[in-house]
Amino acid sequence: MTSLRRQIGDFTRLRYRRRKALSGWMTFCLTVSACAAAGGLLGVFGYVVWKAVPHFSVSFFTGLPQPVGEPGGGMLNALLGSLFMVALGTGIGVPWGMAAGVYLSEYGRGRLAVWVRFAADMLSSVPSIVTGLFIYVLIVRPMHRFSGFAGALALSVILIPIVARNTEELLKLVPQHIREAGLALGIPRWRVILSIVLRGSRGGLTTGIILGVARISGETAPLLFTALNNRLLSLKWDQPMASLPVQIYTYAISPFEDWNVQAWVGAFVLVLFVFLLNTVTRWVMK
Amino acid sequence: MRQLKKDVRFADRFFLACVRFLALAVIVLLLGMGFFLWDASGTALKSISFFTFLTTSAWDPVRDVYGALPVVYGTLISSFLSLFIAFPLSVGVALFLNELAPPFLAKVLGFLVEMLAAIPSVVYGLWGVFVLVPWLRTEVQPLLIQKLGFLPMFQGPAYGVGMMAAGCVLSLMVLPTISSVSREVFRAIPENQREAALALGATRWEMMKLALLRSSRSGLFAAFMLGLGRALGETMAVTMVIGNRAQIVSSLLAPAQTMASVIANEYAEATSDVHLSALALVGLLLFGITFVTNAVARLFIWRLK
Repeated sequence: MTSLRRQIGDFTRLRYRRRKALSGWMTFCLTVSACAAAGGLLGVFGYVVWKAVPHFSVSFFTGLPQPVGEPGGGMLNALLGSLFMVALGTGIGVPWGMAAGVYLSEYGRGRLAVWVRFAADMLSSVPSIVTGLFIYVLIVRPMHRFSGFAGALALSVILIPIVARNTEELLKLVPQHIREAGLALGIPRWRVILSIVLRGSRGGLTTGIILGVARISGETAPLLFTALNNRLLSLKWDQPMASLPVQIYTYAISPFEDWNVQAWVGAFVLVLFVFLLNTVTRWVMK
Repeated sequence: MRQLKKDVRFADRFFLACVRFLALAVIVLLLGMGFFLWDASGTALKSISFFTFLTTSAWDPVRDVYGALPVVYGTLISSFLSLFIAFPLSVGVALFLNELAPPFLAKVLGFLVEMLAAIPSVVYGLWGVFVLVPWLRTEVQPLLIQKLGFLPMFQGPAYGVGMMAAGCVLSLMVLPTISSVSREVFRAIPENQREAALALGATRWEMMKLALLRSSRSGLFAAFMLGLGRALGETMAVTMVIGNRAQIVSSLLAPAQTMASVIANEYAEATSDVHLSALALVGLLLFGITFVTNAVARLFIWRLK
């Protein structure tokens, strides 16, 4: 009797030890996977920094691309081009997206709103190369030329659904009684929306917009055959325009060492810019 | 007074008309995208039926022959390869951050993982070209050929660039998407489920298996589909490391081509009308595939809420 009990006890103890061991092993695996993911980021970022910092110089921001074989030079044209296209894209995408978001949160109870919401979700998951293709067919082909304007439009198409959904989510957080208070004061509805609801959540809205801007400033694919590229400094809206991501791409796949180095420096600037936008907004808005 | 009321009503109507117009324009944008791509692919569809386009495997711009099978194959295989790596890893990350890590560590690591999503795709490509590809070529692939060379997946010379490199880069890129959705799915499970499992004597891992993984199957499926949607359409990083050869080979070491990368590579240089419109058709196909994938994912997410 006692020996049987002891045997059962041993058995459960053994089983328990095995289960415990499995649990410990899985815990270890989960820890490793989290470290691997974080390590992936640090690996990529660290490598970019390591490759770029020795070649980092002021001339990157002030110089123009040099012909093959001449070291130095910079990406002023690409930086300004990116600035132009991101600014114009933001200028188009933010009002459009915000209006759609306002509609969804303030008026969106019908069937139309469901479709708008669905369309925005689907639009935000369209591959960016397809967006570029769309703008090519819509703008570049009829105009018979690649242009900075087409590039900016492609970026705005990417930005619209991001801003729209973000605006909707934020405005839904505004309590109903605040709108009612405004209306009770006799303020027309559109003023209530603009000066009370939107104004009250401007912190969150700004964060969302800045994160969207960070996203579109790194986009390459939609610019490949809309804005194309330009070796010269050009800010004409209807001419091909250089941009930082496309320039990085061109330099990265080129066989020339000098250009590869420039690609690393460009990538460093781009990543730094995107990270700064991400961290600063998060930190400030907290 | 009456005039004022009229003005207010007019302003309100005007405002509503404006925002409704712009909201409708979002739908029009999506429909327009489909329509214009379809319109642009007309020339190709005149010379070849959609079915033949989809089922022939010769992609040869020089002879003006276009079959989309190799690029569809490349897209599907590279995406599934990336998810094969990234999905277990991301769920592991989500479990660790939500259930195991002390709050401070979870915050820091969670932030780092989120930042993975912020790195532009061209930077991943650059890293892939100069770090990952040489490493695969000189270290990993020779070893695989030597040890596992009898498998059709690991045959042929070690190029470095190819399906495997694309899968690896993609897996880094979809990881933050999948893990952030999974984290939300796990967060939605009430605390007492976990406590109940623990009270029954479950170990920590058994608790996760019983209380979390089992009950969040459809949520994890949605996370998988969202990751897949992202992998299918990813362009720059893949274009830079996949080797750009439209072929169907069983080996993961060989160069390949995806739908997105063929457009990125050839569109700006395409000269013949048929070539341009065949690429537009590939774009339309890609649009359709990602649309369906993401629609399924959204459906699951909406049902969860």
